[in-house]
Amino acid sequence: METERKPAIVVGAGPAGLCAAIELKKAGAPVILMDENSKPGGQLFKQIHKFFGSREHKAGTRGFEIGKELLTESLNLGIDVRLKTEVVGIESGLKVWAVENRNRSYTIEASKLILATGATENALSFPGWTLPGVMTAGCAQTLINVHRVLPGKRVLMIGSGNVGVIVAYQLMQAGAEVVAVVEALPKLGGYGVHTAKVARAGVPFRCATTILRAEGKESVERAIIAKIDSRFQPIPGTEETLEVDTICLAVGLTPSIELACIAGCKEIYIPELGGNMPGHDRYMRSSDESIYVVGDIAGVEEASTAMEEGRLAGIHAAYAMGYLDEATMKARTEETVQRLSSLRQGVFGQKRFAAKQRILEKGAAQ
Amino acid sequence: MKDGSIQESSRIGHHAILGDLETTEEVTIFFEGKALKARVGEPIMSALIAAGVTVFRYTKKGSPRRMFCGIGRCTDCVMMVDGVPGVRTCVTDVRDGMTVERQKGVGSWKIEAEAGDGN
Repeated sequence: METERKPAIVVGAGPAGLCAAIELKKAGAPVILMDENSKPGGQLFKQIHKFFGSREHKAGTRGFEIGKELLTESLNLGIDVRLKTEVVGIESGLKVWAVENRNRSYTIEASKLILATGATENALSFPGWTLPGVMTAGCAQTLINVHRVLPGKRVLMIGSGNVGVIVAYQLMQAGAEVVAVVEALPKLGGYGVHTAKVARAGVPFRCATTILRAEGKESVERAIIAKIDSRFQPIPGTEETLEVDTICLAVGLTPSIELACIAGCKEIYIPELGGNMPGHDRYMRSSDESIYVVGDIAGVEEASTAMEEGRLAGIHAAYAMGYLDEATMKARTEETVQRLSSLRQGVFGQKRFAAKQRILEKGAAQ
Repeated sequence: MKDGSIQESSRIGHHAILGDLETTEEVTIFFEGKALKARVGEPIMSALIAAGVTVFRYTKKGSPRRMFCGIGRCTDCVMMVDGVPGVRTCVTDVRDGMTVERQKGVGSWKIEAEAGDGN
């Protein structure tokens, strides 16, 4: 079997990127894993809740423990992990332009490129949203669970989806008081298990409600919320003032598609999974068949699905580089697709499953 | 500047899931000239929050800012670090003797350009 000696380059050492690199390395393919942060793991280490799924998906295991397992595996395999390395450009011929340590720039040619760049949290603008004390829910989660500092004492959470309720609960675990969880839609959006834990702790949930403004001199001192009608317009006379020092925004995520755009991957629009994103086929190949997209960049889901998508790309890239035979690639792809499907069940999962099917229909390699 | 913007420490010592905060080596950083203890390996952002700093910078029009995304995407938390303005304090680790100052607007360089965005 003729094998490609130029390395596969994986951008992003979160759950998706780590799993892609692990599959490539296990197959014997040369692989370089790049990440701009000083530590690998992406956003796994701030996830201290137990994951869902079956045992093979490590259900019941907390995110940071999964992170540790993946790091140990990549270390044992001897993967070339380049931290503090930002990929800032991709030129034709898969030349990857990287900046190391913010002061040394180099280009390196890849045989395959796997983009696992994740997603960025959405903002929500309202008067006062730039005040110190307004932050994304993920920011608060990083502060309390990774850096072990509490950004405030009394918190208002905007958004009742999974991120909103999980971070609300974790803020309480860290010692903060969550004053309310506000949801613009008429019904709650998160998994029942997480929502119930927050509700049991006595936190009021306010549906069909929005934040009108944040007030304070040098930082947040209070939030003014109001009920909204079916057209999302505030209802006069329903304003209420909450004394809070922190306002967390959990209003969705958008795939971080910059590198995919630079590389010319064809974009599609799938609102349920975060908006514009590069399309992909069942092997996670974008419209450019030497570039794979995995994890949140390919549609915002969860760490568990991101890991399986990373495996799919790693397996296929190893095959395309000549390090796995076709039968093995197909068998391993099938197993992984099965596991992915089982993660996309239930009320929330089915919606994601349907959306991912649309990506496959629209986004297959040209 | 009056520091009503510095509150008490907010370090999470014990955590129900994560256990006790491990002791690590400490370094000293200087925020607006004031010595603060920081944990080796942590970003400037969390050291400042632990010390109760609520304002990281002011915009050109004087509007206060702290941090927003905490993972290097939004640039809300930029400060003047060792004389270099615009350094993302959420993804720049502390170093012993480091000076950290609030900048106004885009700030100005106090040293020759060399290392770029910190480190």
